[in-house]
Amino acid sequence: MAVLRPFDKLPELNSATILLVGAEGGPQQQLAEAMLREKKDFNINIHLASSLPLPPERDHLRPRIDLIAFVIDIKSKYSLKNVQASLAYVDVRFFLGKVCFLVTGVGRVNSCSVEMNAIWKLGEDYCSPVIFCELELEGIRVATAQRLLRMLQICAGRVPGVSALYFSLLMRNSAGD
Amino acid sequence: MLGVFIAAEKQKGLAVDVDGELGVRVAMSGLPELRGSEQDPAAVLVQLFLRSSLSPKSSEEKLIWSGWFCCVAGDDLLEDLPENFTCLPLFLVNGAESYTAIVGSWFQKTFDCCFRRLAISPLNLTWMAAMWTGCKVDKNTAATELLFSVPHLPQPLDISYAIHPEDAKALWDTVQKTPGEITQEEVDVFMECLYSHFHRHFKIHLSATKLVKVSTGIASAHCDGIIKFLQSQYLIGVLMLLTELAISQIQ
Repeated sequence: MAVLRPFDKLPELNSATILLVGAEGGPQQQLAEAMLREKKDFNINIHLASSLPLPPERDHLRPRIDLIAFVIDIKSKYSLKNVQASLAYVDVRFFLGKVCFLVTGVGRVNSCSVEMNAIWKLGEDYCSPVIFCELELEGIRVATAQRLLRMLQICAGRVPGVSALYFSLLMRNSAGD
Repeated sequence: MLGVFIAAEKQKGLAVDVDGELGVRVAMSGLPELRGSEQDPAAVLVQLFLRSSLSPKSSEEKLIWSGWFCCVAGDDLLEDLPENFTCLPLFLVNGAESYTAIVGSWFQKTFDCCFRRLAISPLNLTWMAAMWTGCKVDKNTAATELLFSVPHLPQPLDISYAIHPEDAKALWDTVQKTPGEITQEEVDVFMECLYSHFHRHFKIHLSATKLVKVSTGIASAHCDGIIKFLQSQYLIGVLMLLTELAISQIQ
């Protein structure tokens, strides 16, 4: 089963799972640690992958994935191409609010190798929010971890009255204004 | 006044004292030819001459440093400039770093401005590589060379990728659809071809590294703002590009 599907497995009690996809050597590990340090009232599982598809051997051990965050570093064109190639292995129903793009490295405009239009287009084509951050800075990393945790809560259905689709529409409309 | 400032700075021992010269003479002049169009302001040239200590009476002087302010084709980019204001956003320097620092600090103190190195991002460097490869040059030009710096390594590693200029131009000609017009997609395809060729041979993803220097037969540019002009016929074109970069960094 190469393609990731959102509702193929049963959810686990009182827990949520996020998958961080980004090229190796990136800040995913530190972001994951920041997320684990945050105070929360449910269990979270953080899975890290350098690209999709995920190895099929361990598929039966993996929990249901509630949110996929693709990490793009604007200093590396390779990270953008890696994400674009991985997007082919995600089922289309994930794009109803369960995917977001994290763009890091925006603090260093002088090292920019990726054109901004390409990133905006990616967000528009896949109808998913694009979050700009600078994960190398501690403060912003903590803030981004908190944002992701909140999104994960919504995507796992743990916030009554707010669905993942509704929230993603909210984020996209406010970004456009 | 600049001359007095430089002499004072040298007394403090801040500048490198090589010959024990008596003094440094400053000459400022205008360069009316160095512009893109009639609307551009004339360039201003600043030169530092060193008087030899052996023969103080003679008029023998050595040019030790020169710098010039210019603005080439900046008219469309500088829209809301008040009347009587002259904007010369680009400052080109040739000479020792110590003199550059002294002259720069004098200008900053006197005119309340800011001098900064023109940092060129890898994205802009890829544009330069594509544009300059497409220019027509005679035979015997230098190879097109790209220098990459690999991040996240304990030892710094630089990768130099040299391409025969005719092959590079042939590749660019197949990519470019409309002569005289360049789009971001064409630049991306051109660089992607070069990267995938390298990957096929060396299994290294150059797109994950940082492009720091581009050298072609026309000119070479380093990400720290070090530029070399190699063909005088394309000088204005390169200056136009640098002016645009300088203005975008001011704004």
